[in-house]
Amino acid sequence: MSIDADEIARIAHLARLEIGDEAVARTTEELANILAFVGRMDAVDTADVTPMAHPLDQNQRLRQDHITETDRRDTFQAGAPAVENGLYLVPKVLD
Amino acid sequence: MYEKSVTDLQRGLRAREFSSVELVESCLTRVEALNGRLNCLITVTPERALEQARAADKRFAAGDAGPLTGIPLLHKDIFCTRGVRTSCGSRMLDNFIAPYDATVVERLDAAGMCLLGKTNMDEFAMGSSTESSYYGPTRNPWDLERVPGGSSGGSAAAIAARLGPLATCTDTGGSIRQPAAMCGVTGIKPTYGRVSRYGMVAFASSLDQGGAMARSAEDAAFLLAAMSGFDERDSTSIDRGVEDYPAMLSQDIAGLRIGVPKEYFDQGLDSGVADRVREALAEFERRGAIISDISLPHAPLSIPTYYVVAPAECSSNLSRYDGVRFGHRAENPSDLLDMYKRSRSEGFGAEVKRRIMVGTYVLSAGYYDAYYLKAQKLRRRISEDFQKAFEHVDLIAGPTAPGVAFKIGEKTDDPVSMYLCDVYTTGVNLAGLPAASIPVGFSDGLPVGLHLIGDYFREGRLLNAAHQYQQITEWHRQMPRGIA
Repeated sequence: MSIDADEIARIAHLARLEIGDEAVARTTEELANILAFVGRMDAVDTADVTPMAHPLDQNQRLRQDHITETDRRDTFQAGAPAVENGLYLVPKVLD
Repeated sequence: MYEKSVTDLQRGLRAREFSSVELVESCLTRVEALNGRLNCLITVTPERALEQARAADKRFAAGDAGPLTGIPLLHKDIFCTRGVRTSCGSRMLDNFIAPYDATVVERLDAAGMCLLGKTNMDEFAMGSSTESSYYGPTRNPWDLERVPGGSSGGSAAAIAARLGPLATCTDTGGSIRQPAAMCGVTGIKPTYGRVSRYGMVAFASSLDQGGAMARSAEDAAFLLAAMSGFDERDSTSIDRGVEDYPAMLSQDIAGLRIGVPKEYFDQGLDSGVADRVREALAEFERRGAIISDISLPHAPLSIPTYYVVAPAECSSNLSRYDGVRFGHRAENPSDLLDMYKRSRSEGFGAEVKRRIMVGTYVLSAGYYDAYYLKAQKLRRRISEDFQKAFEHVDLIAGPTAPGVAFKIGEKTDDPVSMYLCDVYTTGVNLAGLPAASIPVGFSDGLPVGLHLIGDYFREGRLLNAAHQYQQITEWHRQMPRGIA
């Protein structure tokens, strides 16, 4: 499967990454190389194989729905880029 | 002091021949003398180490010491350590002071170990050379112009240079075993789910697993035993008893069946590495092990499969770094989207961005079946190969890496050539099996590692086999020249 600059821009947007104009050509080439490499998977027919998501085929454990964590908001917000009155600040979203 | 094994240190501390404070001070002196050249520690924590050493000495006085009390330790900088920067080798987390402890950190603190510092690593553990760290590359103590392997290259280099006896590390596709091989130390990645991932910064959650690095299998057995066990806070942790690894070391290995996959001796393998591995297998044979040829037919597809599964999980896990709650935020964002994009683009390095791009692509509409689902199906095939092999053998052995440590900068311009460093290790992560790398000699003056793979929960067996080999060989005692 080929990949072009428009596709790179679309993927970068989905991944919330910015790829400068000067880096588009190199990124396109690198991704094309990696995709060609992983394309070797096509050598094996896997039509009847059940996909494996967990190495031991385990299901997620369930637990009782009770409170285990205490409120440590101040500690967690101490490392935040911008907070005010216990809230995280971000650029204005609504006018 | 720095040449002593963990058993020797335990004995000396218990007999009060030296105190834990003296032991920690001697390690810190070495860190100060060598870290500038090696760059294997991102953060040094002398106050914490000495405080823990004083507490350990009190435990010895009170007769309340365990096997690891008072022993110095290094944590890979991927384990959240309360009150200490936990950078994961990334600019994104350069300002991140962990507000809580990883379970591994909590357990080893409780055991009475003394934290010397946090080790360098490839950014978010994505790499095979420790060159993608925001803090610059770690240098291999055997040749300062060469990489230590990665991603746990800081831990491996620190152990090889005798900065401390024990280090934690993590392995998603070979990140414990490959650097252990390249630095001539012993490293073990346990079964998926054996060591808690709580507080271990996530890269690819179905593959990530914490483990232990040390000079010998015996030393590693003590650390792995203390790290392992069920943890309610990790939803993939396995609720199953932990074997007494140190107690299993002395078992006889006569009759141990070791399978050698022919796929691991393909054309990409360095001939010096192949020779050392064959010599090591001959030593096992002298010890009574039975060596046989086996086949893992899908092994050559491990790397392509891994480089779909791991980036897919990475792109999902790393979506949390958005500049809102913690980590790097770009200056003066014009709007929310600009903040996300610029914070992530500035905070992540080239390899991390590359993997996020690949992962986003293979999970995106139209490509999911062709790449991600296909990889998950092959993952089962790869895993089944191992299970079939374990019907006939107890362990599988081969080279850990296709070559010895390479020059810094040699592979940075060609991502795929870097990915091929993990050609023998990624299959183990896809299957979730335990595996170790032990030093078995040198090729061109650089260390070579033997890869030992066990069936699920056979960590004790792996360490036992490695220890028996180390009883009759001296490779694990070799020390880099110029680092004394």
